[in-house]
Amino acid sequence: MAALQDGTLDAIKNQQSKLLGDWIGALEANGATRNLKEQDVQQQTAEFLRLILDGIRNDSGNNIAAPGWADTRRFLEGLSNSRALLGYDSHQTAYFIFALKGPLFTVLQDYYRDQPASLAEQLLSVSELLDSFAMHTIRTYQKTREAVIKRQQEELLELSTPVVKLWDGVLALPMIGTLDSQRSQVVMESLLQRIVDTGSEIAIIDITGVPTVDTLVAQHLLKTVTAIRLMGADCIISGVRPQIAQTIVHLGLDLGGLVTKANLSDALKLALTRLGISLAKV
Amino acid sequence: MERIPILKMGDFLLVTIQVDMYDQLALTLQDDLTERISRTSARGVLIDITALDMVDSFIGRMIDTISSLSKIMDAETVLVGMQPAVAITLVELGLYLPGVSTALDVERGMKLLEQRVRL
Amino acid sequence: MNVRSSGTQPIRVEQDVVLARQTARKLATECGMRLVDLTKMVTAVSELARNTVVYGGGGDMDWEIIDDFGRIGLRLVFRDEGPGIPDIKLALTDGWTSGGGLGLGLTGARRLVDEFELDTAPGEGTRITVTRWT
Repeated sequence: MAALQDGTLDAIKNQQSKLLGDWIGALEANGATRNLKEQDVQQQTAEFLRLILDGIRNDSGNNIAAPGWADTRRFLEGLSNSRALLGYDSHQTAYFIFALKGPLFTVLQDYYRDQPASLAEQLLSVSELLDSFAMHTIRTYQKTREAVIKRQQEELLELSTPVVKLWDGVLALPMIGTLDSQRSQVVMESLLQRIVDTGSEIAIIDITGVPTVDTLVAQHLLKTVTAIRLMGADCIISGVRPQIAQTIVHLGLDLGGLVTKANLSDALKLALTRLGISLAKV
Repeated sequence: MERIPILKMGDFLLVTIQVDMYDQLALTLQDDLTERISRTSARGVLIDITALDMVDSFIGRMIDTISSLSKIMDAETVLVGMQPAVAITLVELGLYLPGVSTALDVERGMKLLEQRVRL
Repeated sequence: MNVRSSGTQPIRVEQDVVLARQTARKLATECGMRLVDLTKMVTAVSELARNTVVYGGGGDMDWEIIDDFGRIGLRLVFRDEGPGIPDIKLALTDGWTSGGGLGLGLTGARRLVDEFELDTAPGEGTRITVTRWT
């Protein structure tokens, strides 16, 4: 693989403003500057070109993993991050680099007009370098998106599991929908934390809205009841459907400490009695 | 030798564990406590583990033993302040401490002890 | 799988169990482990390090922070040159003990980690590898 020649460096330097103009033009024509400030685009394109020139000048070679390209990689990672957060897709993000190809090839063709061998060699070289950078940008973009998705999943998980305060000292966790092992774990942990934060002595886990539980989740439910007792609070489970009752009994676990009520209202009544609170009509 | 201090509050003994527990320290505490219960005729023992970020099977067993020993010596034991992560881990470890009474914090633990002793 | 960093810590006397726990806590925090997972890992370390001292006559804990395609984990190896475990199946049975404990050390520790590997033979020491992923 031939290295980039000084001639290429000169060609780019001499035509820098035209190159930047054409590049930005190509970006705009393809909608790759959507929601970006004009001055940001100018600054980003100029910065990338400067980094490329620095890289070539320092003989960094065509392997973008080389230390000479560290600044360029870092710049592209930052760019890719910001694009991903702006809602750009991977194509639009990578197009930042691909759009440079056309204008750059024109400049090189012009410069090496009389040296077809050098032209071919330099075009290939430049093309490979830019492709590598585009790949790097896409990879970073994907990682950023994955992080965004993971965060959203976690937020959703928390949204779907609200721990509510029913009374001073009484927390309730109304569970709705199918419980998988991961969700039940997150939910139970947040319930335990809320017990400590609020100093609540009684927690009610209402599973009226849960159609069925598998063995693992049933086990988790019972472990949570035990953990709550170890922390010094009490737990009542309400709304146990017949099928879930069967699963729990079939597990053969010790149900000695398990308090259940038919529905949430009965559970609240029991909780209030335990706290020594009685309600009367006025 | 390092020791965990035992405070006397009326009829009750209060132990607040704030250091990283190791086995010898746990055994010493067990001996000190039974000795103090017998010497002071204490009616209850309150063990506060709010500051403990880990309870393994050894410490768990010590708590269980203290509870059993004090029962034989006519004193109630209440364990208070276990952190959520510690409770989850203990259950996963297979230690349910069924014979040990628990409360959320020192204040509630004291109330529970008073109720128990009055009975 | 890449090893990001690694090290070894001696576990000779009872006080070293506390130090091993502190190291594990520091490393698990570095990995970005959630509090519950971290607590489980530290508790497992307490059980295994105690076994190393009490049954193995002392040994070492090797640690590694590993990276498996973006998944970060903490891997620990407890090694001793002690008498080894004659009956592995029995040792991994809940409630069985040779040291007067509750017999939850080894089985309990296994439940607290994601991966558990036991390598032992009578007279040839014991080597236990545990891993917990973030």
